[in-house]
Amino acid sequence: MTASLSANPASTAAGAAAPLLRFEQLGLAYPTPKGPYPVLENINLEVQSGEFVCVIGHSGCGKSTLLNTVSGFSKPTAGQVLLHGQPIQRPGPDRMVVFQGYALLPWCSAYDNVYLAIDSVKPQLSDREKREIVMEHLELVGLTQAAEKLITQLSGGMKQRVAIARALAIRPEVLILDEPFGALDAITKEELQEELLKIWNTQKCTVLMITHDIDEALFLADRLVMMTNGPAAGIGEVLTIDFPRPRNREDIMEDPRYYELRNSALDFLYNRFAHDDDSK
Amino acid sequence: MSPAPSSGFHLGQWWKRNRKSILPPIFGIGGFLIFWQLSSSLGLTKLSGPLSLWTEERTRELLLYPFFDRGGLDKGLFLHTMSSLSRVALGYSLAAVIGIAVGIAVGLNKGLNRAFDPLFQFLRMVAPLAWVPIALVMFQQNQPAAIFVIFITSIWPILINTAEGVRQIPQDYRNVALVLQMSKKRFFTKILIPSTLPYIFTGLRISIGLAWLAIIAAEIVMPGTPGIGFFIWDANQNGYVSDIVLGVIWIGAIGLILDRLMAWLQTRISSSR
Ligand SMILES: Nc1ncnc2c1ncn2[C@@H]1O[C@H](COP(=O)(O)OP(=O)(O)OP(=O)(O)O)[C@@H](O)[C@H]1O
Ligand SMILES: [Mg+2]
Repeated sequence: MTASLSANPASTAAGAAAPLLRFEQLGLAYPTPKGPYPVLENINLEVQSGEFVCVIGHSGCGKSTLLNTVSGFSKPTAGQVLLHGQPIQRPGPDRMVVFQGYALLPWCSAYDNVYLAIDSVKPQLSDREKREIVMEHLELVGLTQAAEKLITQLSGGMKQRVAIARALAIRPEVLILDEPFGALDAITKEELQEELLKIWNTQKCTVLMITHDIDEALFLADRLVMMTNGPAAGIGEVLTIDFPRPRNREDIMEDPRYYELRNSALDFLYNRFAHDDDSK
Repeated sequence: MSPAPSSGFHLGQWWKRNRKSILPPIFGIGGFLIFWQLSSSLGLTKLSGPLSLWTEERTRELLLYPFFDRGGLDKGLFLHTMSSLSRVALGYSLAAVIGIAVGIAVGLNKGLNRAFDPLFQFLRMVAPLAWVPIALVMFQQNQPAAIFVIFITSIWPILINTAEGVRQIPQDYRNVALVLQMSKKRFFTKILIPSTLPYIFTGLRISIGLAWLAIIAAEIVMPGTPGIGFFIWDANQNGYVSDIVLGVIWIGAIGLILDRLMAWLQTRISSSR
């Protein structure tokens, strides 16, 4: 269940489906003037198709770097990341990213931002099909009314919705979210978490999501990957969160396991791998 | 302009609201003109004062009739200006097209940038007047030489700003293009150009002033063709000081109009995004 420490890719347990994603002895060091600076080391993890995995860890430990090896923006310097058994070479629309700062084009409307994605990834579709997909996904995130608005005229929550609509519209196999709700107010955040879960339920894509919020991870994820501190950060522990789905915030909060999980995550982050700043 | 009040347009109210932006320039310019006129009347300088534009009959004619055309080089100032402007338009358009194209290439390619940036930085320091003899030798003809001088003085801000704009495209947008595996053409039209446009317009605005400065240099040294630069040179040869003053006022006014035009375009561009 947790990180498989086997270096042998052939040793997948009989019966279990081959994992969609597989991190094998992954290491990544950034070159610096003072020699290579190791950010990640010995990362081993398997992610099954359709799983919702959250990654948590202190700021600067290498969460974005880890997911960048999946999206293809960063190349591992040791080991590899396999998708369907093939090493990941470069970014592609099958691993779509919701970027930390939305990364929407401000000179386009919400509609055009989503359309541009579809049009780039599936140029063979007819214009009518593309329009329908765009509107369908804007509707999914509740933005039909604001479709023609320019990005600069949207609130933070609306921008995040457009970014999610754009990512989902191209039907990625893996959806990568880098702290998607970090900059939002509590109410918008909860709304969007619920919307994300609903969409994930219907689309059945695999989600990798970075978060700083333990409760968010407990509400959303199947597993919570907790990273140790850098430099040379690794996976410290993986929590399995098996609340039944569809989940309801109140129900899981009443579940005694919720507090066990929450406490072990807190213990990991603030006692066992306390950040220098936090321990003072 | 402030919106008219609902009860209709009140000159008094309009004045109250706008006098702070109208009165000071009137005082400033008026004071300057009086000072100038006095220094010339009192003989402090040989330069004729602003009143000479009216008192000198020849200059008054030029002031009042900018459109006359007696053939050859004997034309009104408006027509001289038009010849100059058409030359500027040519040289400047050329500078815009090549400046933007090379700017994009240099902005996208670090190697190209390293190879050519020192050269660009060096060339842009060469004054328009210094290009004139070189242009004359290169082209052996006045007209293309003049256009080249305008081109070579006005291209640098466009080129350098465009390249900077391309380098400043946020990494986020580049990542979007990468993850969507956008074609080169799509990246160009949907991301590179819109993202770089404000920088390009900054360059274009700086350059229009330079192009206009260059035309004067070019024409003064290449006589025999109509143009505002030639007009001043001709007046200088004949010792018509008040004509020179009038010519300089035309130059300043046209330069100001060109700059305002570009500034207006620039705000249009940045507000439409
Ligand atoms: N291009 C780079 N060159 C050198 N070092 C880098 C580079 N990018 C990131 N780092 C370093 O790698 C470490 C991990 O960075 P990363 O962005 O992955 O952290 P993170 O866990 O996502 O942090 P946060 O929670 O603040 O987003 C940091 O110490 C950072 O300084
Ligand atoms: Mg990060």
